[in-house]
Amino acid sequence: MKKNNHEFNIVISGTGGQGLITLLQIISEAAFIEDYDVKTSELHGLSQRGGSVEVHIRFGQKIYSPLILQGKADLILGLEMQETLKGAYYANQKTKFLVNKHIIPIPLAKPLTETETLRSLKKISKNIILVSAGEICQEKLGTNVVAGIYLISLAVFKKLIPLKSESILKAIKKIIPAKYLELNLKAFNLASDSEALK
Amino acid sequence: MEEILLNKPGEKIILLGNEAIVRGALESGVNFVSTYPGTPASEIGNIFWKIWEKAGVYFEFSTNEKVALEAGIGASFSGLKTLVAMKNFGLNVCLDSLIPFVYTGVRGPTVIIVADDPSCHSSAQSEENSRPIAFLAHIPVIEPSDPQECKDFTKFAFQISEKFKIPVIIRTTTRVAHQKMSVILGKIQNPRLRQGSDRQAKSKIQKSEFVKNPKQFVTLPPRVLEMKKELLEKIKVIKKFSENSPLNQVGGDPFSAKLGIITSGISYLYVMEALKELNLNLPVLKLGFFYPLAEKKIQNFIKNFKKVLIVEELEPYLEKEVERLTREVNCKLKVIGKELLPEVGELKPEQVILAVAKFANKKLKIKNLLEIRNSKLEIPRRLPRLCPGCPYWLVISAVKKAVDVKKVIFGGEIGCYMLFGNPPINLQDYLSCMGSSVGIAHGIKKSTGQKIISFVGDSSFFHAGIPALINTVFNKSNPLIIILNNQTTAMTGFQPHPGAPAIPDGIKIEEIVKACGVKNLKVIDPINQEEFTQTVKEFLGKNEVSVIVARRICALLAQKRK
Repeated sequence: MKKNNHEFNIVISGTGGQGLITLLQIISEAAFIEDYDVKTSELHGLSQRGGSVEVHIRFGQKIYSPLILQGKADLILGLEMQETLKGAYYANQKTKFLVNKHIIPIPLAKPLTETETLRSLKKISKNIILVSAGEICQEKLGTNVVAGIYLISLAVFKKLIPLKSESILKAIKKIIPAKYLELNLKAFNLASDSEALK
Repeated sequence: MEEILLNKPGEKIILLGNEAIVRGALESGVNFVSTYPGTPASEIGNIFWKIWEKAGVYFEFSTNEKVALEAGIGASFSGLKTLVAMKNFGLNVCLDSLIPFVYTGVRGPTVIIVADDPSCHSSAQSEENSRPIAFLAHIPVIEPSDPQECKDFTKFAFQISEKFKIPVIIRTTTRVAHQKMSVILGKIQNPRLRQGSDRQAKSKIQKSEFVKNPKQFVTLPPRVLEMKKELLEKIKVIKKFSENSPLNQVGGDPFSAKLGIITSGISYLYVMEALKELNLNLPVLKLGFFYPLAEKKIQNFIKNFKKVLIVEELEPYLEKEVERLTREVNCKLKVIGKELLPEVGELKPEQVILAVAKFANKKLKIKNLLEIRNSKLEIPRRLPRLCPGCPYWLVISAVKKAVDVKKVIFGGEIGCYMLFGNPPINLQDYLSCMGSSVGIAHGIKKSTGQKIISFVGDSSFFHAGIPALINTVFNKSNPLIIILNNQTTAMTGFQPHPGAPAIPDGIKIEEIVKACGVKNLKVIDPINQEEFTQTVKEFLGKNEVSVIVARRICALLAQKRK
């Protein structure tokens, strides 16, 4: 947590259907467990039909706006590389990026490669961590639907989010419906293991 | 979801703005809730749909917002505490019923939620600011900023409605309705809240009695003009109440300062954020009441200022009111608003901080790293699109096989199928409001000899398409109408509509079409491409109106049901 203004701002960028609202719920619940003031903003409806989606989570001593000021993000979590680049609107030189190494082509548009997108991201920030979250989950858990959970868990274990991993774990248990909980807990543990191996 | 029924006053839980409205209604002891789904208000109905039995509340998805309001009016006339929820366009649909309802006033307290969507995140057709409904209908309008206020203002609105016997509108916007924060719970007032079986719960829903009172409920002239007079008197009294209401709050000291800010709703949060960032201490008047406006409070606030900044989204209704109010108390006051802030699109916190900085003569630059460092790489826009497996793809494919798309006009409408306007589909030559694709098709048919295919969703057909269909028969035109029968209101979150077969004893769309006098009618599963294609060709050549009911379940709904 930054000392001067006591707040932490997270943008999650991705596309409709990648489960951004669930990730928002988990992080905000975890911040709430740690007694922070929390504000979030999300979109529903039309914007969810496979379009660009960006959600904001803010926590600290006292938070007013649910939207993050341009240039004030502390962390940008990217579930898709091109969308992460759009999320960089909220970045400053110190903003950290944790990005899923994954491109979902935009229909009818000139496809951007991972290399091109990464090159552009690197122009914006030196703090970019690229993780093949989808591939790792597919390989170890047999599905990539929990890539987002893996990514936010990793963010906590890497101390990119100033919240305790136990709080995230508690939040996952509260938010995720019982029938999917085991799989999501596996993704959390997988993130814990991969961080411990380093 | 069930957490919303947690009856532990004083406890805090994280709620979405719309969830907080539901909670506020439950804490007020609401009896009757009706709605037609529309984002950003949809979750209000979705939550009541899940909890109504446990909460002991009557709930319905009505066929459209006008009917939803009329159901609510009936409940209010019968003495029940009533909530009606809709998005902004729903307000247009129900306007005809709303205005006389403000004349008659309520018997059971009634709150109407109207959700605007600045920037049109989930809205086609227009970027509507619903605030001036207050002037048109003389209805109190209050505007919360965050979920805690969504809950508190809902309770407050029920109290105002009860005290002054008038319906009250709570106007939210996307960033309020879809904002989350921790909210302090109060006590759920409804004594009918119980854990028993569904049948028990249903029988516990409040019943009341309609007591005849034509003096209140019949808006026939000459009484209607007396009623208007009484309404205007009522508004005067509410205005006095608004002057002292805690909904309007002054922060800071307006009497020693030369500059101040007036704001409301979501804009208030951006103002506070800006003042914090800029380390500025300016007095702020936050208006919870948009109407009736606390004019004395405003005049008192501005009387010593040199400049006042009005921070509001979309059209400058508040700015104009403040300009008018300066004349009596501070005619030299400079009222600044839209010269520093946009009138189109939702406000962004960075726009507000720049405006506040400029207003207070503080230097501020916001760097856009994307533009500075990354100007070469264009990131294409990712438009929303139909889901993989959507039955509409089959309809599109059959239509494209059947006709030369350049020679046929395609009427669009509100629902998932408004995405027909996006590439690669490009089957949309006009798009307006719900039910309008058929009505406009008729007008084009009467004005030209061109071929036309009008798409209308099943929920839209029930909502406002039926009168338009009857008009094509009665006034004799021959568009081809394709009713997209995916058996749900998909775009807003799979709410039910009255149609069979989704509702087993539901209404058969083809029976309605037949009863309207349509002779050329076929119900086709668009998976049968050959039949669909041939029918489109055949029906386009007919001299009377034709209807194809394209019946295939929404792919997401089918998956959910598994």
